[in-house]
Amino acid sequence: MSLVVSIRPDDWNFPLLLHIVGAALLVGGLVTAVIALLLGWNRESAWYSRLGFRALVFIALPAWFVMRIGAQWIYSKEGFTGDDEPGWLGIGYLTADLGGILLLLSIILTGLGVRQLGRGGRETSVLARIGSVIAVLVLLAYIVAVWAMSGKPD
Amino acid sequence: MEFYDWLLFLHVFTAFSLVSALVVFWFVAVAARNVDRPVESLRFFRIAKPANVLVVIGTIGTLVFGVWLAIDADAYHPWDGWVLIALALWLVAAGTGQRGGQTYAEAAKLAARLDGEGRGDQPSEELRVRLQDRRAMWLNIISSLAVVLILVDMIYKPGA
Repeated sequence: MSLVVSIRPDDWNFPLLLHIVGAALLVGGLVTAVIALLLGWNRESAWYSRLGFRALVFIALPAWFVMRIGAQWIYSKEGFTGDDEPGWLGIGYLTADLGGILLLLSIILTGLGVRQLGRGGRETSVLARIGSVIAVLVLLAYIVAVWAMSGKPD
Repeated sequence: MEFYDWLLFLHVFTAFSLVSALVVFWFVAVAARNVDRPVESLRFFRIAKPANVLVVIGTIGTLVFGVWLAIDADAYHPWDGWVLIALALWLVAAGTGQRGGQTYAEAAKLAARLDGEGRGDQPSEELRVRLQDRRAMWLNIISSLAVVLILVDMIYKPGA
């Protein structure tokens, strides 16, 4: 592992940097959203859910694109053919793409929930709560992805 | 997975914790910038609270596992130039981040005190000044830039 890292060609560095910056901001955006959305379960649902929704839209979603573009760029440079792909790469692809779909679903549900709460007369929104649970699952999936990408299990 | 791989995972995981804490802090700092009512600022501080735990895990974890990795790996040494650069940047990030965070901690205490006195809904000039403190903002910018530079240093490994 250390040998592989030490002999990485220089032109792989920028795509890798882009991928890691995107992934770190994605996890950071999800952490921000999850904290706000979970706080909204017990108090001031409309306010906290709106903040959580904004963290998903303005941080997590753009960061997902940065992470995914960086991932595809470094993949193209590593020269995998599809036959010789290691297991950790499959975990990375699965969590990145499935996580992206779930992230989008979480944004839609949370957004609809925020809209319901904004109309007034409601203390809580089931849609916002489902969106929160999905955001937690996406965050957990990306922690698994961090393990797979850094530890590179066979 | 070998021992080195677990160390690398823990190093990266704690680095993600640190960046996550910074994202939470920046999100709160930007969103609460024009807030002057204690009750409203307390909502933001509740979001920042779990990030206080993450920043400690991230700051200590990156250092401990990073140095451990440098000792464990045959290819690297703790005295390598890029490792020393990372350690210097870590000191800058931790020092400025801690100082910048103090202002917000004081603002949180002030907001809690005002709310406790029944003045939670009344605008407070003192609270607004602390939340818009330029020195604290610059210290946090320097701290975040140092973290970004550590990441660049870790990937490019100048001199390795």
